[in-house]
Amino acid sequence: MSDAAHNGWALRTTPRRSQWFPKPSALPGFGITFGFAVTYLSLIILIPLAVLVARAGELGLDGIWRVATTPRVLAALQVSFFISAAAALINALFGTIVAWVLVHYDFPGKRLLDAAVDLPFALPTAVAGIALAALYATNGWIGSLFAPWDIKIAFTPLGILVALIFIGLPFVVRTVQPVLQDLDREVEEASATLGATRTQTVVRVVLPALTPALLTGVALAFARAVGEYGSVIFIAGNMPFVSEIAPLLIVTKLEEFDYAGAAAIATVMLGISFVTLLAINALQAFSRRRFGHA
Amino acid sequence: MAIAIRAEGLAKSFNGTAAVRDLDLEVQPGELLALLGPSGSGKTTFLRLVAGLESPTAGRILFDNEDATALSVRDRRVGFVFQHYALFRHLNVAENIAYGLRVRPRATRPADAEIRRRVADLLDLVQLAGLGKRFPTQLSGGQRQRVALARALAVEPRVLLLDEPFGALDAKVRRDLRRWLREIHDRTGHTTLFVTHDQEEALELADRVAIFNLGNVEQVGTPDEILDHPATAFVAGFVGEAVRLPVNVASSSLRIGPHQLRISCGKVTGPAELFVRPHDLALATDSQPAILARVLAVRRTGPARRAELALADGLPTVEMELPAGHTARKGDILPVTLVNLRLFASR
Repeated sequence: MSDAAHNGWALRTTPRRSQWFPKPSALPGFGITFGFAVTYLSLIILIPLAVLVARAGELGLDGIWRVATTPRVLAALQVSFFISAAAALINALFGTIVAWVLVHYDFPGKRLLDAAVDLPFALPTAVAGIALAALYATNGWIGSLFAPWDIKIAFTPLGILVALIFIGLPFVVRTVQPVLQDLDREVEEASATLGATRTQTVVRVVLPALTPALLTGVALAFARAVGEYGSVIFIAGNMPFVSEIAPLLIVTKLEEFDYAGAAAIATVMLGISFVTLLAINALQAFSRRRFGHA
Repeated sequence: MAIAIRAEGLAKSFNGTAAVRDLDLEVQPGELLALLGPSGSGKTTFLRLVAGLESPTAGRILFDNEDATALSVRDRRVGFVFQHYALFRHLNVAENIAYGLRVRPRATRPADAEIRRRVADLLDLVQLAGLGKRFPTQLSGGQRQRVALARALAVEPRVLLLDEPFGALDAKVRRDLRRWLREIHDRTGHTTLFVTHDQEEALELADRVAIFNLGNVEQVGTPDEILDHPATAFVAGFVGEAVRLPVNVASSSLRIGPHQLRISCGKVTGPAELFVRPHDLALATDSQPAILARVLAVRRTGPARRAELALADGLPTVEMELPAGHTARKGDILPVTLVNLRLFASR
């Protein structure tokens, strides 16, 4: 929606046909594309998720509540969501820096580094988990650097954080990079001619322009981290109440043939994820308006 | 008189390609100087060098007789207006204008109330009072450019630099803004440089015009000087609607194609170029040396009628303004003489 339309001072040019399906534009093909989109989304996303919720529903609302509020499940949900959020935030900072370097500077091996950013997408996550666990174990290359300070990374919640940062990084880099690329150099030059320091320009002009893209990247990284299973279980240690993630609990329940219980935890995760993503989306819509991305 | 800006032997090249070469130029305090030239002539690069957005390959820039070459953009105190506005989209109009004041160090930053008062004054000046809360995307092109100008004026710049400020706007808005910019300039008295490739704009608006070609200045002068006494063949050909005719000068007669005109040609001899504008031609009286020209077409341009004339086969056609009431028609033969000679020896 354009800002003009949003503020209501653009004239409505097309007459309203019905309250539910106003003809949205002069572009033809609305009916067929809309129908296709709805069918497709139903088949791929909505129906499977509905089945999941229905399965959990066998327990009844209070049944789901009972499963979800057992101390072990609560602890696992906490581990999953808090560490995912932390990883997404850390990626927001360092992913932006990586994107910044890739866009603004020329250096030997730049293309290689650029390509390497996508590796977490491509690597089987179990491979990543095993590699990370080996590196960050107390006798691993990186883990041994921290050992003298008595900091253990692998097989602790810190290990989960490392794995989730690893798999989330490309989301932030790949959403921020194109926006940074398209950012008008003249706007930065205007800021400089008005007396702003480089830092002021970055904080007051560049970052606000990046905010919507950054929020998208963070939301994607967060969602991916919440659902991550393969890499985490190899590095987490999977100690109940400490480093056990909710997806692992679901798998455990499945192995015990407790399908309804697994579906109950999954439904709770689905609910929390949905609310979180909705909130990020709302924030994004707000920042789009606020930061003038019509 | 003091010199506001002086460029000495200024040069800039990009990857070995010279954009500005060995350029000398002086700007008087308070004047409105237009930098006019074809695209690629180095006028925008020169403006960016003055602003400090580019650093010169060679030469110096002086502000008020002080060397400013090494000063960074933010220390030069220039107001720069970009062709595509370069407004901050996430800030509203008032915040855009206040930006330059807000980023000052605490010691020199005006108080909030003072900033608000200055912004309100500037909004009045650029005739956008009441639109302070709007965002740039909610404004028309002309309004955006006025916000950009207010933003540049807010920092009380030593010079105002405008890079094709009206280039992205339609003709009607351009004309209005042109007149309005002249008024603002007369009111605020800022030394102003503006780049344009529109000669009508340059000649109407500026106190003086600098004609750029191939990275250097061909001529600096008032619009009258530029139009009436072009210093070089390039200026004569670039400004006005001049037609370039190859001629030959020998013993005080001018040879145009098959025609021979007995007129004094000053110091020029040998092969030369003659630049002819519609006003340089007139109907010859009986006693004047004349060329017989054939009328190809008669056109109405504004209040006058113009005849398109063929002087000879193989020569470009020229235009001449007809006296009121003259009944020339297509196919007529008219005796024509030159009232103005803009003649440059061929290189």
